[in-house]
Amino acid sequence: MPTVNEIWEALKSVKDPEIPTISLVDLGVITAVSLDDAGIPHVRMTPTFVGCPAMDFMQQQVRERLAQLGFPHSDVQMTFEDEWNTNKITEEGLRALNQHGLAPPPRYEGVLELEVLNNTPCPYCKSHNTTLHSPFGPTLCRSLHYCNNCRQAFEGFKPV
Amino acid sequence: MNEAAINNLITQFADDALIIAHRNSEWTGLGPLLEEDIAFSSIAQDKLGHAQALYNILHTNFGGPSPDAGAFTRDESQFRCCHLVELPIGDYAFSLMRHFLYDAAEWVRYEALESSTFVPLAQLARKIKGEIKYHLFHAKTWVVQLGAQGNEESHARMQSALNETFALALGMFEPSEFDGELAAAGIYPGEQQVQQRWLELIAPVIEQATLQLPSVEEIDRSASYGGRKGYHTEHLQPMLNEMTEVYRIDPTAEW
Repeated sequence: MPTVNEIWEALKSVKDPEIPTISLVDLGVITAVSLDDAGIPHVRMTPTFVGCPAMDFMQQQVRERLAQLGFPHSDVQMTFEDEWNTNKITEEGLRALNQHGLAPPPRYEGVLELEVLNNTPCPYCKSHNTTLHSPFGPTLCRSLHYCNNCRQAFEGFKPV
Repeated sequence: MNEAAINNLITQFADDALIIAHRNSEWTGLGPLLEEDIAFSSIAQDKLGHAQALYNILHTNFGGPSPDAGAFTRDESQFRCCHLVELPIGDYAFSLMRHFLYDAAEWVRYEALESSTFVPLAQLARKIKGEIKYHLFHAKTWVVQLGAQGNEESHARMQSALNETFALALGMFEPSEFDGELAAAGIYPGEQQVQQRWLELIAPVIEQATLQLPSVEEIDRSASYGGRKGYHTEHLQPMLNEMTEVYRIDPTAEW
């Protein structure tokens, strides 16, 4: 029977449905994995944004991956106990976002000041000479920016 | 254990979020700029998620209806939203000022709820606050821009929107018979305190926008009270009729 570590490893193949370069594990939305005495895996997930419409689909994908791994029965639940923020995205995850053309969210300590959005580094040319067009974009987790250096519109993954 | 008080509190916030979400969504396709169209639609989607998560707390902890049933099967007398969120979208200045005053109140509420002794609400409040921060950031940016950095017309329209929405906004803080009980139990500090913090939060922004904040003392607050008791403006029921139309035709429909 697969171990807890092997389950974590396997879940790395489940990607975000809208940003296929990043896994749910690297996105930080899977917060806990355990196996009980009966060999049933318990997976806890937490939404990026409360109203994110992709969350049901993500849970379903996790259940399917567990079934492939040999766990026809699993307990996968959403909880706000260990709430998500962008500091939960792994280094690998930040690279994956950039690879998808999204400016990765900056790491922060303490209180996040949204003024950081004003000079978000361009994911293409890395220039900080950029302008925030809107803190809201095509999905709840993205913002809209323009790079004054390479004259390219780009999207950012919002720091939360 | 304060069940009725918590039920009442959460129903108020969830109903506010649901109704403002519907109103904000009415800007989809109509925003004065593409970015504003997207912003109001995104904020609507966030609020809808907040309403759903709040109804879900009542559903899982107190056996309340499922979020969908709660949202789609009640008539207006069972809603506890305030009058501010019920009004039609009006012009962009009206919707923007409402958005600012409402989100400032949500910010203060969820800040207070972060340390609530009712744990499911405290957990959700921590999460929701990160999203409200964006809503408030958006509202502040435009209120200041159109108030202080636009032209005479934009300034005048923002001032008139503020005059129109401010009295209504005070209805958000309609006192409740449960305020004392909730404060004593460490669940929620009560509307009087929240209103005071709200005024402290909005005043500097209104000043920065070079607008005049109407005086709280000169306003008959009770005129905008009633929503928390189930007495609403003439605008709510028609909106509910529209919002629930598909559900009433087929409660099992997916869309």
